[in-house]
Amino acid sequence: MLAQQYGPLQGKMLQIMDENGVILQTDLVPDRQDEAWLESYMTMLKTRSADNKALQLQRQGRMLTYAPNTGQEAAQVGSAAAMAEGDWLVPAFRELGAWLTRGVDLERVYLYWYGNELGSKFADGVRVLPISVPIGSQFQHAVGIAMASNIKGEDDVTVAYIGDGGTSIGDFSEALNFAGVFNAPVVFIIQNNQYAISVSRQKQTKAETLVQKAVAAGIPGILVDGNDLMAMYAATKEAIDRARDGGGPTLIEAYTYRLGAHTTSDDPTKYREDEEVEKWRAKDPVKRMKAYLIAKGIWSEEEDVRLIEQYDEEALEIFRKVEATGETELEDIFKYHFAEMPEHLQEQYDEYVQYLKEVE
Amino acid sequence: MAVMNLISTINHTLDQELERDQRVVVFGEDVGLEGGVFRATVGLQKKYGEKRVFDTPLAESAIVGTAVGMAINGLRPVAEIRFSGFMYPAYNQIVSHVARMRNRTRGRLNLPMVIRMPHGGGIKALEHHSESLDTLLGHIPGLKVVTPSTPYDAKGLLLSAIRDEDPVIFLEPSKIYRAFKQEVPEEDYTIPLGKAKILQQGTDVTVVSWGAYVHEVLKAGQLLAEEGISLEIIDLRTISPIDRETIIESVQKTGRFVVVHEAAKSFGPGAELMALVNEGAFLYLEAPPTRIAGFDVTIPIPRGEHHYFMDAKRIAHGIRRVANY
Repeated sequence: MLAQQYGPLQGKMLQIMDENGVILQTDLVPDRQDEAWLESYMTMLKTRSADNKALQLQRQGRMLTYAPNTGQEAAQVGSAAAMAEGDWLVPAFRELGAWLTRGVDLERVYLYWYGNELGSKFADGVRVLPISVPIGSQFQHAVGIAMASNIKGEDDVTVAYIGDGGTSIGDFSEALNFAGVFNAPVVFIIQNNQYAISVSRQKQTKAETLVQKAVAAGIPGILVDGNDLMAMYAATKEAIDRARDGGGPTLIEAYTYRLGAHTTSDDPTKYREDEEVEKWRAKDPVKRMKAYLIAKGIWSEEEDVRLIEQYDEEALEIFRKVEATGETELEDIFKYHFAEMPEHLQEQYDEYVQYLKEVE
Repeated sequence: MAVMNLISTINHTLDQELERDQRVVVFGEDVGLEGGVFRATVGLQKKYGEKRVFDTPLAESAIVGTAVGMAINGLRPVAEIRFSGFMYPAYNQIVSHVARMRNRTRGRLNLPMVIRMPHGGGIKALEHHSESLDTLLGHIPGLKVVTPSTPYDAKGLLLSAIRDEDPVIFLEPSKIYRAFKQEVPEEDYTIPLGKAKILQQGTDVTVVSWGAYVHEVLKAGQLLAEEGISLEIIDLRTISPIDRETIIESVQKTGRFVVVHEAAKSFGPGAELMALVNEGAFLYLEAPPTRIAGFDVTIPIPRGEHHYFMDAKRIAHGIRRVANY
């Protein structure tokens, strides 16, 4: 069991592929078709294209705010790819790769960052919760969803995400504890990208690793190279299988790095050195997987360039649509608070509509 | 005298008070190394060291809860919550302990502490970054709640807050952090908590507001002056306790009362203000006291926020109806 070998107190990190895409541990490579790896890689590329495009548009003043994912694609796509059809995904706010893997439309994601609540309204049947801005609060929901699966006798598993900063907030510990007590089929994934805005991981906790927090909750944990798609997939798959078989929750620490800013409102040069960023750039999860696929003979540099171009164009196309149609309808601000709009709210709405008519 | 905006005034004031009083400590998420997400504490860690100006782990409840302990043990903590919308995990500490320690211990343990929070909206931010918590905080017995609308007031009020023997919530309107500059005296001065300020004398309608909206109300006053409607504009400055005297005296003079606030209308601070006007100036009223306030909705994210946050024109529209009642 990987979670024993690379458990919280083992002082080891699961890595299957090295920084150049060379397999280090052949016996640990998950049983998965080449096409499936290629598909995951393509989702990573798509995530990066969407990220780059969003940043570019934000700089042009067309996108409002954006929380970039660059550098964390393997942590997100690798984990989400291990989920089965009916499984639930409970994100924090920086999980684009996971969303795309699980069928969330990029258009919705862009619409959200464009500043319209409709961006949180995913298509029916997509078992993905909306972005949760209050740090860590979503972990409780994940446990509740998983408890409900148990209570209803269904075997769906819930996968939830949090950042390194989120592990400091009470909700995190409460959720782990509940999950343990109720043996909830949930997989907690910490995307340890080393910074909570400006506060470094070292200032966040005196614990040597974040995954050690599993120990006190009495649940399995595993430390994983978050930039290694295969390792992320393997660790998450094992945890999901265990949860589905009644083995309860697991905590996964994906050791990764946010190559960009916290959000576009932030300037990371104020709190970290370029040298550190460059060191992590060498560990780029996308570059690594690309090298692997090319070496395997199932991908080429030319195809890569073409696909990036295609994704860039698609992202721009999607954004243009958002830009053309993404204004919030006045009625939307009022009509979704309750199943039926109460009288006082209807009055406030009517009065305002009347005002708009008068001043026009 | 230096010319400063609101955010640099907060920085300057914290700097002076850290210098003057060794008991003052300043902390919160991103407060130390980075100097705050809004740059309120830039340079302070460098100047006063990591013991007095520091980053905390991401945990609002612990930020406020440890401030309680520090205040009990002789410090004057000035804690920062990154945005008021992230206050909720700390609400338990605020309601259960911050507001109650003095009363609980019958005066033995008081909490000279300040919780600073960027507050209010209209800054095109995402969910939870634009909240108006006036009522949630003002309703709690044992808390003082202060909000400045100018750099000058910010310095005087913040110094009073830090030197107060009781806990003060200091709400900083993020919309006007950098909106304008003003002369702020270098020397030490305080503005008493619980005192409103009459910004403009007038005869027809008393209009009370606070925070960022004060500036829209002043503009509305100019629009209405052109129509011959004279507003008496009052900046509340302290949301709790309310300066009843200034408001009632004004309404007794004008006979009309309007309160303008960002927070949702129902159960909002306007309801309290109208109640005290009814209690103190009922027989002077020539029109129903009126609230011009936020809709009873979750504050929309940017593409809808212009419907929620009012400009001077819309405020003037509401006041005009009261003036012509």
